[in-house]
Amino acid sequence: MTAAVPTAKRPSFYLLAIILITLLLSLALIITGIDYMEIGLDPYTRTLFLLLGLTILALSAYMLFQTRKRMFRLGLEMQPLITTLLCQKCGFKNLRDFTRGDYVFKQVEEQCPKCSEKAFAISSIYREVKEKEKAREEG
Amino acid sequence: MILIPIRSLWAQFPQDWTSLLSWLAFLGIFLFSMLYGQRLQLMIILREVEGSLLKIKMMRDEARKIAIDSIKEIGKPQTDPTAQVDRFLEYFALAPVDLDPSGIIWRLEHLLDVQDLRSKDDVKLMAPQADETQRNNLENMLVWAVNLNIIYKIIRHFYLLGKKTLSLYVIMQIQMALPLIMREAEAFASGLKACQMGQPIGDGAGALVAAKLMQGYEKTKVEKDMVVAKVPLEGRTAYVLKAEGPGGNVGKPGEAMKQIIEQSEGKISLAIVVDAGLKLEGEKPGEVAEGIGVMIGGPEVEKYKVEEIALKYKVPVNAIAIKEDVGDAISPMRKEIVDAVDNVIERIKRLVHERTKEGDSVIIAGIGNTIGIGQ
Repeated sequence: MTAAVPTAKRPSFYLLAIILITLLLSLALIITGIDYMEIGLDPYTRTLFLLLGLTILALSAYMLFQTRKRMFRLGLEMQPLITTLLCQKCGFKNLRDFTRGDYVFKQVEEQCPKCSEKAFAISSIYREVKEKEKAREEG
Repeated sequence: MILIPIRSLWAQFPQDWTSLLSWLAFLGIFLFSMLYGQRLQLMIILREVEGSLLKIKMMRDEARKIAIDSIKEIGKPQTDPTAQVDRFLEYFALAPVDLDPSGIIWRLEHLLDVQDLRSKDDVKLMAPQADETQRNNLENMLVWAVNLNIIYKIIRHFYLLGKKTLSLYVIMQIQMALPLIMREAEAFASGLKACQMGQPIGDGAGALVAAKLMQGYEKTKVEKDMVVAKVPLEGRTAYVLKAEGPGGNVGKPGEAMKQIIEQSEGKISLAIVVDAGLKLEGEKPGEVAEGIGVMIGGPEVEKYKVEEIALKYKVPVNAIAIKEDVGDAISPMRKEIVDAVDNVIERIKRLVHERTKEGDSVIIAGIGNTIGIGQ
């Protein structure tokens, strides 16, 4: 079970150095562009400097964002399930949270609040998907 | 003479230092992308794969932990089961020789039987106090943990190979397939908890239909791990069958159908196979579709058996699919799938009514993992 795979490691020094240099360069470009604006010199060059500076700044910020330690959602958490109990005598339906040991068509020793008989059986167990998630699924 | 073209070339260059700097920056970026563009792309892809690999590793480790904890909790073993679980996670099964395909189905069935027997024996050894239902659930859980381990190892292989060879084409192979692989891994991870708790999963849609049809009728056990009930339906006799629940089990539906057809000497007017079918993007989960053919998934041994016997006795086989995606199939059952069950029963009644005469016999087979579904 051992693996030569990086676990949640720190980003490499070289990568951080490159990102830092490009960040500084982009800031220098932006400052020069702003200086030109203030002096009122060469509109083509100052626009070019500002554009170039902002693009490089965005790129290096993205790279920095990528190196952050990510928090993973593993999907191993328990999903809330609903157990439906159906009274075999009067048809009364009761919903409750799933508990360990429940299975579909299991006879449950619970008294029906309507007919007071102990005739409940589990008719279904399901999970409900949120509307937001459904919309995402349907694209 | 020579200075003239140099001067004219110099005249092309921007004459102030700022313009020259921007020109040089563009030139630098152009050269960098030409010389190191692919390397940069490789680094970005490697980081992407590394992230997914890390996620799968965490899933695999968590799955292993859940399996060990469940075995300790349910099985109450005398010794620590960790080593046995680790051994189980590394199990592999070899496919039979297909160079000479004659008889391959029976050889494959034998291998699957041996594998099944071995898994069951191992689980029995790991969890001696567990009852049959719990053992089946534990076995399912371990099998899914094995799948996660296999996915992890394959991705790790390509990641390390890509890193070693620095070949964009090696690493791109896995990067392109990664979104689909991750979906499958996430589905196994979410199914693992369902297995631990014995909750019904989407794959059990067919079994749920059969269980609903056979409610209130006497059930008989048939080979292997299957139950069958004789149910009056629209004036016909329906042999309704499913895997024996509520433990995680798929049984041998093909074998059971074969036995029923042979026992009735082929006097079966219609066979209907109900199973969860993989939906395409754009289709809604819980949609129901009808077709013909034997709708049994897995290694196709059971499908083959039904096709053989149906051909021998000329039994028409119809299929009803309850649509869901791979994630839904191995995670706790969705409400849409539960709601589709009544629709499927109506369709079965309509099919039986339209395609058979009163007094005929039909088979209705509910296929799928019956975890969390009794009978």
